[in-house]
Amino acid sequence: MAISERPLSAQDGQRLDYQAKLTGRAAYLADMKMPGVCEGAVLRSPVAHAWIRYVDASEALKVPGVVAVYTKDDVVQGTGIEPYYGPVFKDQTIVAVDKVRHVGDPVAAVAAETREAAEEAANLIVVEYEDLPPVMDVRDSVKEDATLVHETVRIPEHGFADLAELKPIENTNVCTHFKLRKGDIEQGFAECAHIFEDTFILPTTQHVALEPHGCIADFQPDGRVHLWSTTQNPFVVRTQLANIFKMPVSKIRIMVPYLGGGYGSKVYPKIEPLTVALAQKARRPVRILLSREEVFYTVTKHAAFIRMKTGVTADGSFHAREAEVFLDTGAFAEIGPRVAKKSAYTAAGPYKFKHVKIDAKSVYTNKPPAGAFRGFGVSQSAWASESQTDIIAKALDRDPYELRMQNIYDEGDEFVTGEKLWSIGVKGCLEKVAQEMKWGEPMAQPEDASKVRGRGLAALIKATITPSISCAAIKLNEDGSVNVFTSTVEMGQGSDTAMAAIVADTLGIPLEQVSVLGVDTDVVPYDLTTSSSRSTFHMGKALELASLDLCEQLRKFVSEEYEVPFDETRMEGGKVLFRENALTIREVLFNHFGMQGGTLVGRGEVKTGLTDPDTGDKTTSSFWFVGAGGSEVEIDKDTGRLRVLKHATAVDVGRVITPLGCQQQLVGGAITGLGQALFEQMVWDNGVLVNPNLVDYVLPALGDMPDEITPIAVEVPHKNGPFGAKGIGETSLIPVAPSIANAVDDAVDVRIKDLPVTAEKIFLGMLDKS
Amino acid sequence: MKKAITMEVNGASCEVEVEPWRTLLDVVREELDLTGAKLGCDIQVCGACTLLVDGKPVSACSVLAVDADGRKVTTVEGLAEGDRLHPLQESFMKFGALQCGYCTSGFLLTAKAMLDENPHPDDEQIKSYMGGSFCRCGCYQEIMQAIRNVARG
Repeated sequence: MAISERPLSAQDGQRLDYQAKLTGRAAYLADMKMPGVCEGAVLRSPVAHAWIRYVDASEALKVPGVVAVYTKDDVVQGTGIEPYYGPVFKDQTIVAVDKVRHVGDPVAAVAAETREAAEEAANLIVVEYEDLPPVMDVRDSVKEDATLVHETVRIPEHGFADLAELKPIENTNVCTHFKLRKGDIEQGFAECAHIFEDTFILPTTQHVALEPHGCIADFQPDGRVHLWSTTQNPFVVRTQLANIFKMPVSKIRIMVPYLGGGYGSKVYPKIEPLTVALAQKARRPVRILLSREEVFYTVTKHAAFIRMKTGVTADGSFHAREAEVFLDTGAFAEIGPRVAKKSAYTAAGPYKFKHVKIDAKSVYTNKPPAGAFRGFGVSQSAWASESQTDIIAKALDRDPYELRMQNIYDEGDEFVTGEKLWSIGVKGCLEKVAQEMKWGEPMAQPEDASKVRGRGLAALIKATITPSISCAAIKLNEDGSVNVFTSTVEMGQGSDTAMAAIVADTLGIPLEQVSVLGVDTDVVPYDLTTSSSRSTFHMGKALELASLDLCEQLRKFVSEEYEVPFDETRMEGGKVLFRENALTIREVLFNHFGMQGGTLVGRGEVKTGLTDPDTGDKTTSSFWFVGAGGSEVEIDKDTGRLRVLKHATAVDVGRVITPLGCQQQLVGGAITGLGQALFEQMVWDNGVLVNPNLVDYVLPALGDMPDEITPIAVEVPHKNGPFGAKGIGETSLIPVAPSIANAVDDAVDVRIKDLPVTAEKIFLGMLDKS
Repeated sequence: MKKAITMEVNGASCEVEVEPWRTLLDVVREELDLTGAKLGCDIQVCGACTLLVDGKPVSACSVLAVDADGRKVTTVEGLAEGDRLHPLQESFMKFGALQCGYCTSGFLLTAKAMLDENPHPDDEQIKSYMGGSFCRCGCYQEIMQAIRNVARG
């Protein structure tokens, strides 16, 4: 089944990056050669929480081949750098200064001629720790007598526009507390016929992009620094580095090769500050490539503990929702405060509650820092909300599909923030999924009596980062071909192809005429980030505007040259048309410049704010992404073993830009969701992570796949998206886990409230019943 | 300390001097500049570093280069003949069996070894043979389609 009946005309299903990636010629960071490069190695804390008494690097310096050692002394007394950084709060340092706050926290780093020498030297650095009690669970961490992870937290002078109201709280491990209120919650509950209260838990997980993080830093003789980095948001990293090293951003050049996956793990500074610091001290280019184990210490997905209370009226209307969401942000705030905020917005799900009271807290613990992860707080709140929706349906003897459809948002409905929702095809998504899952027809049971099947649904709504900005430029060459300048990072999602298709279709030229440069902050215009499913909508629109800018310039030339009113010219099929004439772009440029050469530059910019520029209405999100998922599972009644037989995922994409990319994002997101639902969890024992490797941390493989994952694109266009398109990167992941838990309950009457959904939990649940 | 080894890499004989502790992956990437195979997990479970040694898939992150002395090594760079892609590469392209591309070399080489052993595997045989490679972007469905397409000619 084709995902779209009307792809853009420039789309024949090909991706621009395939030739290079299929032949082994695509260059990723670790594939790059740099003459004279030193290899970096990082010494990391073996304990979860401790004061650092002293660091002695004298033996390390004696190792042959060692070029430089970087310790806390360099941070504190070093080269006039700003010691503290972080995207929201300044609670991170390049290496630990006073305390270590998680196992794996960087304590020192070595640059040497070889990786082996660097590692040997790092192991010879002596550190004396004075242990502190670690806090490893948000429920312990929020207690009044809990040991503090941070004694003080600094805030940056210029933070993110959407997080301005969030301030650090003194003398507590609660990093931020975001409150969302609508109506009167007590009155709301008083008006309800049924009240439901449940607690839901999600473990810490990791993105496991197959490519580990890496960075190369190379100072130039003039003091500029060149970086190659595995980052999803080079401009944010550039800003952070400029603040730390007290340099103008123009002196910091960040280039980003193809990324071997991101999924949120490569946003905000990771290994870049330490690589730059080491290169500065070594006076040599330095490369740090993280090991798989180090990746687990670098960034994770927030574990969560969620209390949810829901009031429903006699007719089944969702009326009042109270939720307390504790998100485990680990040792550093990183982007946790925004994760909490996004989690709060959607803790009431895609449903029309009249009274809402949400408290979302990001909480420090002594785990590695949690950051952005595909789904960004919403896979946490949706696990609770969508599981509870089925708990309610069962208690009220209502069909879970019908109950959802009764309460779900429609065009123009009022969101929990008070704003109106537009381009909100969640109802259509749920309908399509139910259809695909043959909802309403009796569940076909297997002949094998030891097995039983069940079905479950889930739906969601999620915001994108707002306000934000994307700038783009297109260079139109003398032959009519174009070079596209965009900071959107190609990390597998197919953005280069989507961006090129938008440009090609707007200009009316073939896709082969479009080249996408790749990211180099010295050249490409500013873009906030490749995350939050925002690139197609924001950067795609900026490129559509840049293409239209070029069209207008070409028409203007023709209008002046041929003395024809501007309004009587138009662009079509890559030609400027006027009266009975059609001039190719090459002809227009030749006429204009009067010679073979010359360049036109088209510019585009998309800036979103907290009000709709057309209506003046409040907008919390420049677009909303909505979707639904359905799962069919089969459970072995003797063992609890679970197999997902089928998953259907429907996403309101606005408009399909590239059919292949769309299919890959929908199915790929669902498969990530499958891992989160069934296997993945990081496990600690007394502060020590016991499974930072791919044997003990289990990923979904080919044999775990359902017989079929069906992607369904629902197209409710958005007025501000390019060709009506919206973001699609995260949506399909979110409903997977709750739809599976709901299917398990449907099959064996066992409600799992803590992820992952394992055979053991199902088995014990069945045992309890019998 | 270094040992001279000779391998036939993608059909061409090549001699390199390597320390006995260096892995095949390291030598192929750093000394021969064939960087298509990637380091993913470093403990032979993810499949990103897969190379063919005498036609059989190995996790090159966990094989010593000296153990490949005198053997034939195939890397992803050796699959295409000039500009003509290998049928598996064509099929991966047609069905969209990759996103970020980091696992692609491993999947292609493992699939090649499987089809060389058994040109017409059924779905269960494909899943079993290919089960040691991870695609974190989640292209398993497209990978199955692409391999089936070649297997069924």
